[in-house]
Amino acid sequence: HLATSLPLPSERDHLRPRIDLIVFMIDIKSKYSLKNVEASLAHVDARFFLGKVCFLVTGVGRVNACSIETNAVCKLGEDYCSPVLFCELELEGIRVTTAQRLLRILQICAGHIPGVSALSFVSLMRNSDED
Amino acid sequence: ENVDLQKTAFLLRKAWTLYSVTPLYRFHRARLRDYARLLSAFIAAEKQKGLAVEVGVELDIKVAVSSLADLRGSEQDQAAVLVQLSLRSRASSRNSEDKLVWLGWFCSVYGDDLSENLPEDFTCLPLFLTHGAESYTSMVGSWFQKTFDCCFRRLAISPLNLSWMVAMWAGCKLDRAASAVELVFSVPHLSQPLDISYAIHPEDAKALWDTVQKTPGEITQEEVDVFMDCLYAHFHRHFKIHLSAAKLVKVSTAVASAHCDGIVKILHSQYLLGVLMLLTELAISQIQ
Repeated sequence: HLATSLPLPSERDHLRPRIDLIVFMIDIKSKYSLKNVEASLAHVDARFFLGKVCFLVTGVGRVNACSIETNAVCKLGEDYCSPVLFCELELEGIRVTTAQRLLRILQICAGHIPGVSALSFVSLMRNSDED
Repeated sequence: ENVDLQKTAFLLRKAWTLYSVTPLYRFHRARLRDYARLLSAFIAAEKQKGLAVEVGVELDIKVAVSSLADLRGSEQDQAAVLVQLSLRSRASSRNSEDKLVWLGWFCSVYGDDLSENLPEDFTCLPLFLTHGAESYTSMVGSWFQKTFDCCFRRLAISPLNLSWMVAMWAGCKLDRAASAVELVFSVPHLSQPLDISYAIHPEDAKALWDTVQKTPGEITQEEVDVFMDCLYAHFHRHFKIHLSAAKLVKVSTAVASAHCDGIVKILHSQYLLGVLMLLTELAISQIQ
């Protein structure tokens, strides 16, 4: 399911299936996309931040067109205890790999992988901080 | 810090194309005249090969290479090096003044980051600015690359860097009436290219920057973000367009103007070194 911003319209709440993962997409060429994501984050229930949220930064191939500081995005990831993935959608190879990674994350969040839960992501993030 | 205004007046109000240059190997300031002769011969040879710029009247290119002692930031910086190409038409018998057709200069203003750990034989002049035909730039660049084993790359300026520039320059104190602060945005994903030009009264821009900047002389990313957000919010209030979703391609102030393709115009002598310092920094980060 794709949405340009949150919150999702409440009219369809009863028809909506369970949400296992929220991927926030930030286009490094658009400051607006970062602002939009920051505003949308406020509408997300705290429980999602236990591994069911991740940030996907696109457009990183074009360093000369960037309107957002990478530090700002990494800090966002830290503040919300969620992983930040970087990719370039214009390159097919990277597009495919990124899709595969997201699918893997989704499988874990949906509980399809025995022995691993979404909480693993949170503990992975904390360890690298303390190093 | 006092740059000779007369000598550097020629740098102002010209559109300079920017390049980053890796350190020059075995460049000797005492040999500038030799270099001019060698470069002149190289250009003549290139023309004979058929890569001539102009066909028809036999034209002679005169090359001058000189040192601009004052054009540097600190004592650690190398003084700037200027290359001038002039046309001397054989057709005119009276030796009228040679016509200047191309200008290029290497400089380093507070480029310590790069020059600090360099071995002895290297000269660090990371910023190269050119004005004139691309064909001449290409010939001069080739000769320098071959002779000093260096590498030239066009210096692109990202929207992030452009917003730093407009915030810094809009905040500069100027004695005379200043021209408007202008930002040009290019809107992506449209079938027809669309450019939006946003002009702000220079006093309003400076007033806004003064309320944002906390410590004079210091600028943080946060302050630049707040400054830009205010401009975006103001525009959105009036036109319902989110400029933050568009690409900032050009900024223009009374101090200087800059385009994302790496083209800069310096308009005010007072801030010449300040602008060059920023550009030197950009060149160095492109090299590293």
